[in-house]
Amino acid sequence: MNLLNRTLGIHDQALQVKGRRLEVLAQNIANADTPSYKARDIDFKSVLSGTQAQELAITATRGQHFSSGEAASESGLLYRVPFNTSFDGNTVEMSVEQAQYGKAAADYQATLQFLENRISGLRKALRGD
Amino acid sequence: MSISNIFGIAGTALNAQITRMNATASNLANAGTVSGKEDEAFRGKRTVFKALVNEEMTHAGAPYVGGVMVAGIVDDPTAPRRVSDPKNPLADKEGYVYQSNVSEVTEMVEMMAAARSYQNNVEVINTARQLMLRTLDITKS
Repeated sequence: MNLLNRTLGIHDQALQVKGRRLEVLAQNIANADTPSYKARDIDFKSVLSGTQAQELAITATRGQHFSSGEAASESGLLYRVPFNTSFDGNTVEMSVEQAQYGKAAADYQATLQFLENRISGLRKALRGD
Repeated sequence: MSISNIFGIAGTALNAQITRMNATASNLANAGTVSGKEDEAFRGKRTVFKALVNEEMTHAGAPYVGGVMVAGIVDDPTAPRRVSDPKNPLADKEGYVYQSNVSEVTEMVEMMAAARSYQNNVEVINTARQLMLRTLDITKS
């Protein structure tokens, strides 16, 4: 099991986070016409390096100090800042979401490709030919 | 499994957009109707969408968190137009009829917006399906 984990490396978790991100973007697109809906996105970097980010956090020595960075929840969900405000309070911008979804799909495929390569390598080693 | 959730989420959106399109079709069909009384005149129907934020909000027609549901259908509050048409058999004693408050142009725009949103969600499903199939192919590598 350890060998398998080491072979797949970070791509195992990355695939899950990227799958989750696709879901969040699909939620945005589904709610493109919902009044007051706030578009969300996952900060991939912060989720994947969650532990490192905690170490780098700035210490607040006074009550008035802001905590560093956005108050990202554990899932890394953040609200998107829209380019334009809309009449009904909806912050989904279809062009942005479409572009992000396309990019996220490509990212997902990239991770998939890495995984495929790793697995075929492993298979080769096991077969020994 | 997040990829398979996408099908459900986009599915709720397809459902909601079709309901919106249905309302638009009904509005357009009744755009020319008249009535003898003000409160019986046809009023345009508008769908109101609501996001499914948590598990409690989901129900049989929309079982996916993060999807969208039709919270209700409300009447357009604009007053129906009162037009003098004494020859109309529906006219009231003073010879007036009440036309529906539907604006054809607004409805056409609404229909195009609904169709575009529907197409967007179909694309989302297509992409998710391709990614899922590729993920399954990982076993063949």
